[in-house]
Amino acid sequence: MPRTDTLAECDWRPGADLETLKLRASLMARARTFFAARNVLEVDTPILSCAAATDPAIDSFATAYQGAGGAAGQPLYLHSSPEFCMKRLLATGCGPIFQLSHVFRNGESGRRHNPEFMLLEWYRPGFGPDALMDEVDELLAQLLAGYLDYRRAKRVTYRQWFIDETGLDPWRDTPAAFRSFAAANLASVPENMPDHERDPWLYLLLTHWLEPRLDADALFVHDYPASQASLARIRHQPLPVAERFELYLRGVELANGFHELGDSREQAQRFAHDNSLRQAAGQAPMPPDQRLIAALGHGLPDSSGVALGFDRLVMLAAGLTDIDSAMPFSVQRS
Amino acid sequence: MATYSTSEFKGGLKIMLDGDPCSIIENEFVKPGKGQAFNRVKIRNLKTGRVIERTFKSGDSVEGADVMETDMQYLYNDGEFWHFMHPDTYEQVGADANAVADAAKWLKEQDTCLVTLWNGSPISVTPPNFVMLTVSETDPGVRGDTSGGGGKPATLETGAVVRVPLFIDVGEVLKVDTRTGEYVGRAKD
Repeated sequence: MPRTDTLAECDWRPGADLETLKLRASLMARARTFFAARNVLEVDTPILSCAAATDPAIDSFATAYQGAGGAAGQPLYLHSSPEFCMKRLLATGCGPIFQLSHVFRNGESGRRHNPEFMLLEWYRPGFGPDALMDEVDELLAQLLAGYLDYRRAKRVTYRQWFIDETGLDPWRDTPAAFRSFAAANLASVPENMPDHERDPWLYLLLTHWLEPRLDADALFVHDYPASQASLARIRHQPLPVAERFELYLRGVELANGFHELGDSREQAQRFAHDNSLRQAAGQAPMPPDQRLIAALGHGLPDSSGVALGFDRLVMLAAGLTDIDSAMPFSVQRS
Repeated sequence: MATYSTSEFKGGLKIMLDGDPCSIIENEFVKPGKGQAFNRVKIRNLKTGRVIERTFKSGDSVEGADVMETDMQYLYNDGEFWHFMHPDTYEQVGADANAVADAAKWLKEQDTCLVTLWNGSPISVTPPNFVMLTVSETDPGVRGDTSGGGGKPATLETGAVVRVPLFIDVGEVLKVDTRTGEYVGRAKD
């Protein structure tokens, strides 16, 4: 309980004004209408899990259950995405599903980040990435009608985007080539960037060169480097590409989709590889989701899935520039 | 001195960069959909006043800078150093020309200035926003000309030259805005 003399100056008000809260409610209602009309089932999977994301770039909040059956404290993690549970549902043959879910990522706070945020996530058995990108276009046109003139997104491969903007090939050029491009074109290059890894350079140029140069139009970027596959399938064509896409709108990264990896052995290997990277970087390894691996072993229908940052969508629809003003209470008001 | 992780970055934090003390102006967290996050930071070099942009990998650490900003009374200039005194402790420090820089032309004995100390030594001096200075040299005043048009240069007791209305005379005390270097008015006595 705060002391009474500080209560008056304590900022208790929401970041979003009433108009934005109404817009937020309207977008949620429209999303439910959109999926109901397409017979996509709404699900609500739990936030707490005894497994966590192994991705070294995701830091999960941890807590512990104490009580009957967990006297010593059963470690539980707040999910960073409902992905694992939703895929376990898909493996039961439930058909297409969607969810509006609060998710949690430690350490992520800023103008476009809040450690707790909402994802609109859905899975489509039988859809490839192209069909799912079509559906993202249809969803956004319907959700944003009257708020923002959404035009079908242009599509470009990650490789072509990089080559167009930098002249460098993310599959073939060396870290030294990326370093010299960064040194010549960026205001600053971080210290301790590696000389033998390409990915950190790709992340740097993506966030500091390619993204800032995007125009306001919607853009799908697809076919990512295999090293950035996360939970997407890898296709060999002959260069290995991850069947993953991202949507940008108004220069803001809004959605990430996968042609979902269904191979349980490869999934287990990726979890183990992530954990080896975590340990090499001095991060704690995370308990991989064995139940997801078992579900994949049972059989995941060939599916594509996508997660869309709902608070960012509200932010764009309302013409705002800060995520704090698109949600009731961001972490700075918690 | 403490080290700070990027997660502690915020406006006003004082850190060491390339051997100089700096102050964070603005910190932006940037992260791709998947992968490495960065902090893109606008930083003011407290010695030169220059603003630069720096990118850090999120999670990296930097050394803190022992920087303190404190109100001090200007005492005198001995030809090499401008001497300031802490009003409570009477402790004195000498600031060199690099630290005083453009503030020198506004410094009047007894005035209170904001002195930035790094490891106890002055690195910059901010004069009061308004100073009262006597005109030491200007063309003779034109009585009755309050049109505001025209104007003329006047040299003040500290050496600063400001543009003043035609009616101002030598010996008058003027109020000057040090941020713009502009004449505000005659001091009300």
